[in-house]
Formats: sequence, C-alpha cells, structure tokens
Amino acid sequence: MSNKLNYSMSLAKPDAQNLSMIQKIAVFLGVAGLFIMILALLNVDFPNKAIFLTLSLGLIIIGTVIFSRDAYLKKTEGIKNDGVWFKSISSKGILGWATGIVLTGFYIVLYFYAELLGQGSNGEANTGVISLFDPLSQLLSGRPASQWFVYGTLYTVAILAFGYKFMLKYRHNRYEQLRTASVMFFQLGFAFLIPEFMARLNESPQYNLPYYDLKSMWPLNYYLFDSWSINGFLSSGNLGLLMLLFGVISIFVISPILTYKYGKRWYCSWVCGCGALAETAGDSFRQLSSKKLSAWKLERWLIHTVLVFSLIMTIAIIYSYLGSDPDKYWLTRPVFLISIGVFLTLVFALIMIFKRNELGKDARYGAIGFFVVIAALFAMHFTGTTDEIFLIKSSNLRSAYGLYIGSIFSGVIGTGFYPIFGNRVWCRFGCPMAAVLGMQQRLFSKFRITTNGGQCISCGNCSTYCEMGIDVRAYAQKGENIVRSSCVGCGICSAVCPRGVLKLENDSMKGRINPNEILLGNDVDLMDLVNQK
Amino acid sequence: MEHIVIIGNGISGVTTARHIRKLSDKKITIISAETEHFFSRTALMYVYMGHMKFEHTKPYEDWFWKKNRIDLKFGFVSSIETKSKTIYFENHDSLQYDKLVIATGSKSNKFGWPGQDLKGVQGLYHKQDLDNLEIYAPNNKVCKRAVIVGGGLIGIELAEMLNTRNIPVTFLVRESSFWNGVLPKGESEMINRHIKNHHIDLRLSTNLKEIISDENGKVKSVIIEETGEEIPCDFVGLTAGVSPNIDFLKNSDIETNGGILVNRYLETNIKDVFAIGDCAEQREAIGNRRPIEAVWYTGRMMGETLAQTICGNKLEYKPGHWFNSAKFFDIEYQTYGWVFSKPKEGHQHFHWKHNDDTKCITIEVDSETNAFLGINTFGIRMRHEIFDKWLTEKRTVDYVMQHLVEANFDPEFYKHFEKEILSTYKNQLQTV
Repeated sequence: MSNKLNYSMSLAKPDAQNLSMIQKIAVFLGVAGLFIMILALLNVDFPNKAIFLTLSLGLIIIGTVIFSRDAYLKKTEGIKNDGVWFKSISSKGILGWATGIVLTGFYIVLYFYAELLGQGSNGEANTGVISLFDPLSQLLSGRPASQWFVYGTLYTVAILAFGYKFMLKYRHNRYEQLRTASVMFFQLGFAFLIPEFMARLNESPQYNLPYYDLKSMWPLNYYLFDSWSINGFLSSGNLGLLMLLFGVISIFVISPILTYKYGKRWYCSWVCGCGALAETAGDSFRQLSSKKLSAWKLERWLIHTVLVFSLIMTIAIIYSYLGSDPDKYWLTRPVFLISIGVFLTLVFALIMIFKRNELGKDARYGAIGFFVVIAALFAMHFTGTTDEIFLIKSSNLRSAYGLYIGSIFSGVIGTGFYPIFGNRVWCRFGCPMAAVLGMQQRLFSKFRITTNGGQCISCGNCSTYCEMGIDVRAYAQKGENIVRSSCVGCGICSAVCPRGVLKLENDSMKGRINPNEILLGNDVDLMDLVNQK
Repeated sequence: MEHIVIIGNGISGVTTARHIRKLSDKKITIISAETEHFFSRTALMYVYMGHMKFEHTKPYEDWFWKKNRIDLKFGFVSSIETKSKTIYFENHDSLQYDKLVIATGSKSNKFGWPGQDLKGVQGLYHKQDLDNLEIYAPNNKVCKRAVIVGGGLIGIELAEMLNTRNIPVTFLVRESSFWNGVLPKGESEMINRHIKNHHIDLRLSTNLKEIISDENGKVKSVIIEETGEEIPCDFVGLTAGVSPNIDFLKNSDIETNGGILVNRYLETNIKDVFAIGDCAEQREAIGNRRPIEAVWYTGRMMGETLAQTICGNKLEYKPGHWFNSAKFFDIEYQTYGWVFSKPKEGHQHFHWKHNDDTKCITIEVDSETNAFLGINTFGIRMRHEIFDKWLTEKRTVDYVMQHLVEANFDPEFYKHFEKEILSTYKNQLQTV
C-alpha cells in the first residue's frame, strides 16, 4: 500500500505547504472576501453595504481566478490530476471533512434557521449577512434580499468562479469548455437574473408571477404545481399562462426530444443548476463517489423511490387544487386521475412491449413502481376530500417532500456532503428529474459512450473520475458500450482516459447496447466463441 | 474435478481464470507473490502521481473472486516438479495441479551495470517497485535528483511520474532519439521536444557506465559512459526493457529460451503445462510480431485463447491485426497495423505533423500496390474498429486518406485535421 495514502489525515503536514506564493496570496484574498461575510454575519454594521458586498464577492472571484491561473496556466495542456489523492481537501482528509461540516452547517441554517443569517421577519429590515446583500437585491428586483437571494447569489458566484477554473483545467478539451460555458450562462441568466427581473414585473398589479427558474423542470422543480405557484401564473395574464404552459411542455415535449437526440446530458451537464454547481465547484470531489456494486443497487432503489414519491405528491397537490364540478372547469378531479392513469399505463405498456428485453430483471421493479402509483390514484379517489388525501392533509405530504427531499436530501446531503460522498450525490441518488431522464436515456436515446475496440488497459482512471459512480472500466475492458441511465455525459471519463478509449456519441439506436465482448485485435473465430452464451 | 493452477495474477492469468470459469466448473487457483488481488499494472504510475489510490487499480471488487469460485493463494513459487505435477513454494508449502498455466510476466532488465543492486536503484514493474519508489523518491527533499536509464515506454512514464513531484530528472537514452527503434524519425523527434518541454534533462546517445554508492549502500551518483561526467542523484530508475520472469523454472523440465517456449496452442514441451503473456516465447514468431510480446493486449488475448483450449475447445493463438497504445506525458499515441521506424523495403512513409508540435501521424504504405499497412497517430484519437476493418479489407492509402474522418475518435467539438492531412498527402504524393 502506498504510504502516501494517509497523508491527508495528518495534521502535521497539511498540503497547504505545497501551494506556491501566488496561490497563497490567492487563498488569502478569497478568505478575506469570505471574512467580510462572516463579519456581516456577526452583525458588524458596514457603512456602505454596496461597496463591501462588491469587495467581498470580488475578492472571492479574484482569489479563485488568480489561484486557477497559477495552478493550470503554468503547466502544459492536458490532464493534471496530480496529487488529487494526496490533498486533504480532495481525499476526505481533515480539510475535506471540515469543509463538509461547514457546508452542511450552512445548509441547515439556510433552510431551517434563516433568522440566524439576519432574515428580517414580519416586514422588519434584514440584518446580518442578508442585509449585506440588500443593495444587490434592490438593484435587481427592487426588493430587500432574502436568505434565498443570498444563497442564489453565492451559488451563481461559485459556478462562475469555479467554472472559470474548470475551463482552465480542461483548456485542451472543447467539449468540457462549451459545456461549462453553457451551465454558467444558464445559471447566471435563467436561474439568477430572469427570476429577479420577473419580480420587477410583479410591481405592476397585473402580475403575480411566482419565482420561476425557466430551465428548472418538474419534477426537479417540485413546487411548479403548488397552488401558490399555479395561482401566481394564472393571475399573471398571458405571460403567466405562457410560463405555466412552457413548464408543462418542457417536461412532456422538449425534454423527451432532446433526451432522445443527445441523452440526458443536454440537461444534467449542460443546463441544470444542480449539475452546474457539481461540475464546477464540485469538480474537485468527483473522484469520491462510491463505485461499489452495493452503491449502484442503493442508487437504483433510492432514486426511483424518490420519483414515485414526487409523482404521487404532485398528483395529490394538483388533485386537491382541482374542483369536482365539470361545469366550472373541464379538468375535474376524476378526469385528472383518469388521464394520469391512462398516460402512465400507456408509457408502462409501451416500455413493456418494446423494451422488455433490455429491461431484463428490472422490469419487475418498474412494475412495482407503476402499480404503487396506480394504487395511489385509486386511494386518492376514494379517500380524497378538499384538503385530505390518504386520510392525511395533502399539504402535509407536500411539506414532507419539501423537507426531506427538497431541503435535506438535495441541499444538506447533496451539496453539504460534496467533500465526503462526491459531487453528484443528489443527482445520483435523489433527483427525480434524473430518474425520468435516465429511464429514457437507457431505453429511447441515441446517446452512448463508445468503447474503442480493444484499446482499454483497465487502468481505472475513467471509473475513478466518474462522479456518478459508474464503473466505466468494467464496460471498457470488455469492449462494451456504456449505456447507463445515470450517466450525465460530463465527458470526464473520455478526457482522463490515457489511451483514447472512450467517446461520447449520438448515433443510431441500432447496436447501441452491445452486451457481447468485442475486443478487437483478436482472432475473429475466438471472438465468435467468446460470445457464444 | 480438474484443478487448474495459474501462476501469476496479472492480466494474462486473470483473463484465463475468468474465461475458464465462464466455460466450466473446474477448480481454479491463482497464485501470486505480488499482491493479494489482481490490479492493473499499467495504472501503477497513476497511484504515485496521486490520480488514483491503489484500490482504484483493481478492476474487480474483492468479493468477485469468492463469488466466482476462483481461489487466490498468496505465495512465492520456488520450483515446479512436472512429473508429479507439484508446485513447491518458498515456505515449503506445495500444491498439486492437473493443468498448469504459467503467467508470471516480466522483470526489469539489468545489464550488469556496476551498482545496479544498490538501494534506490530499481525498475518500475511490480507493486513492490512502487512501494520502494515511495521510500527513495517520495518528494524533492528526499530525492534531489533522479536519473532514468533507458528510453522506452516505462522510462518516459517514470519521468512523468517523478516530474509530478517536482523531482528533477535526468533521462539517459542510449539511442540518438527517443524510442527511435520503434518510432519514425518525425515522431521520435517530436517526443524529444515534448520531453524537454516538461523540463526533463534529456540526454540522447548517452549510456550509463556505473552507479556509485554512498557509505550506506545507497545510490549517490551515476557516471556517464561517454563523458565520464558524474551526476549526483538519490534515485536511479532502470527502464531498459523487461524480460520474462522465469528464474524459478531453472531446474524444471520446462523448456525455456529467453522466455518459456510455447507452440501456437500456448503449450510448453510438457503436457498440461501452458505459458502465456509476457513470460511466453513463441517458437516461431507470428508475422511481424516478436517471439516475446510484453504487451497488455497480447497477454489478454492469450488468456482468452488458452481458456478455450483448457475447456476442451483446442484453439490456436491467432492474434489479429497489431495494435498498441501509450501516452507520452500529454500526448496520446495509438498504432494500428505496422509502421516501422524506417519504411521496410518496398514501403514508404507518409508523415504529417501539426504546427503545435503535439499532433502527428505516420502511415506506412506499400509503394507498389499503394496498400495501407499501418498508422501511428499522436494527439489524435482514432477508431480501432475502422482501422481493423480497413486492414482486413486491404484498403489503399488513397481510400484511407479520403475516409480518414470516419476513423476520428476525438471527443465531440474537437478541431478536425483531416482536410489538412489530405492536402499534405496530396502534396507529398507528387514529390515521392
């Protein structure tokens, strides 16, 4: 065993001493920026908040930029993962654990104790670190900041600053650069600026738009069909209606088309905000995902359970929103339940008829999920009243989902535990959107990762750096294409491969899944024999 | 139940075991004195560089072996008694086999240099070499300079490794240009420049005379043959090739030369004893291949073939078109078919190099028939499947040039060079 491995747990020799002078200065600048926020958190009242906020965010960005330039531009272009497993931060060392604990703490405070951050309640002015962000919020939306504005700003800053770092790290790889530019654009524009401008619109009494990140699709955006959200859309004229329509079209039309053509990567690693943070700020932690078979098993149970939960929860919410009188509105509760039932049955039947073979044993689990949802539909019909479903308040179901899945799973565990479980915990184990896209990617998509004949040397770089914990090598060394529902198409396996074995491609559906061992360079007769089952 | 014993848990031995298990219920035992579990030897460098942990180099999780009823025995084989079909271990243990597969791989070459067995002098092949490297060259304080002797694939990998820990490297290469026994001039010279770009002190046409010891039996410096120059160093990497690791067969009846002599069925002179991988030597070379091929891919192919034979489906070892790959610092290299360092008689080379000095290709052509014989590609990934097909179909070089884009395997959005290559080809064609 390499005696280097426990390096990172040692307090006596932290890897900071390997930083160059410029990098140390950069770290100092970044920490200074954070320090301003900590002072604000401790209720230090800065005289001119706009200047100090600019200074704080500016120092963080400049620090990251200087650090990245020193770290990557001084080296030749290429894969530079040197020392990843020796650095405390990226190998679950002291720094890694400390960062994980701080991040987790931050999320707990953010979700459950926002008053500690200085969130003003009952119309009182903000204090603390939230008040530091007031000037920016006023500038954008004309409102004082909230904990979500602070979070959104920091989130965007992280994606932009670390996105720049990522682009330098992969400056020889145009796929990585374009993909990163894309997530930076969608985060800044769609997730951050547009919703703030939409809030400006709400100053007019004609508009009552809910916060809406246009690129965030249901079921990731689980509150899209909440009554406040729907009421908001419906009371905002044509624009509101258009937005609601866009939300429905994106999941039922746009997403299936794009996923068919390009795989789920078009969303997960080119557009999505969760993916954006994971790929930029989380990039240093991608190697920490578990590649064990047991982790894969857990993943499949967990993510599909969340999907079923979110599906039932959403149906319940819409169900209780609707009325029963067909004269008032054509979409009544029974009509709604029946149409959902018919739709799901159709999807299920089509998969079972056309893709039965590819599913193999998984068909059974799919069937379980399907029948759970159908049973839930019946239960809803027979137990549902105006505000009760399954004999509990339907809003309770919604708040349970919001608390356990929306906050704890995606935020506290999903991001807080980056330095421990890797950067895609949420995307891999929890995201219902990823489950939907993944199901389609596995069954109806042109996307695959092609293996280059017999060139694999089983080195394991691909598996190590797969953030989704896919054992890429297991496929590559057999000459088998990688067609996995969880693959987000980040392209890093292909980038780190020293022998040019992996390529992300969109090609015809035919021959996409090749479970045979096709190792070229071998005698043809032998290959025939090997593939005889 | 027939007991198959495999000595060596590298790619050859493990592939044999896996395929025997797929085909049969035979009892399988794999013996190793190196590590308990199979790991990818080619990935050792990434452990030193901190890209991976050692556990990441293991292609199968540890439960795999028990689940597939492949017994693992940790021990060093000292001799083999083929009459009684018995294997003897260093600790006087013994094991009976019905069929024996020897897949013991290679060891680093040492050419009798004075001081070659000193502390801090080693090759890079085994897991133990990696462990020793961590002792003698963990950082640039313990190891102020390292000297590498031998300009081949392992040598340049070792240079890259040491470079990641900021250890200054002097790289002694006997030839006038890096690996020019294999690579054509243009490619070899491009790699020379690439090595120097990484601040490696590359010394071409330079031989090692001797290694000098300090008072503790550890390396202190090396002396250069040509100039008599003494280079102080704390580590010497001997990477002048590898040779079959078969010392334990000295007193056995198994016939050896450089390696264990085998026929095309991978059988040795003794019934029920087979040899595969780096340690096997073909009695007659196959095509342009060397009798001893120390290559990952051939080890794997031999393992697959032999598993068929052992399971009653006697099969000749018939490797297909030659291919190989490597990486020189940041430049990936792939080869399909045969490209020789100098065109063989009746052949010629087409060479294209990109301005940025990190990408080039060389194609070997039959001058008379214009047949495409092989390609070396640097910095551009190419499709194995396509070249394998073109070689089988015996395509002309014109066809290959016109269709080169089909063979491109670079990631999406990468810049393409096929047009540039084609126009260079057209110009060169007029001059030759």
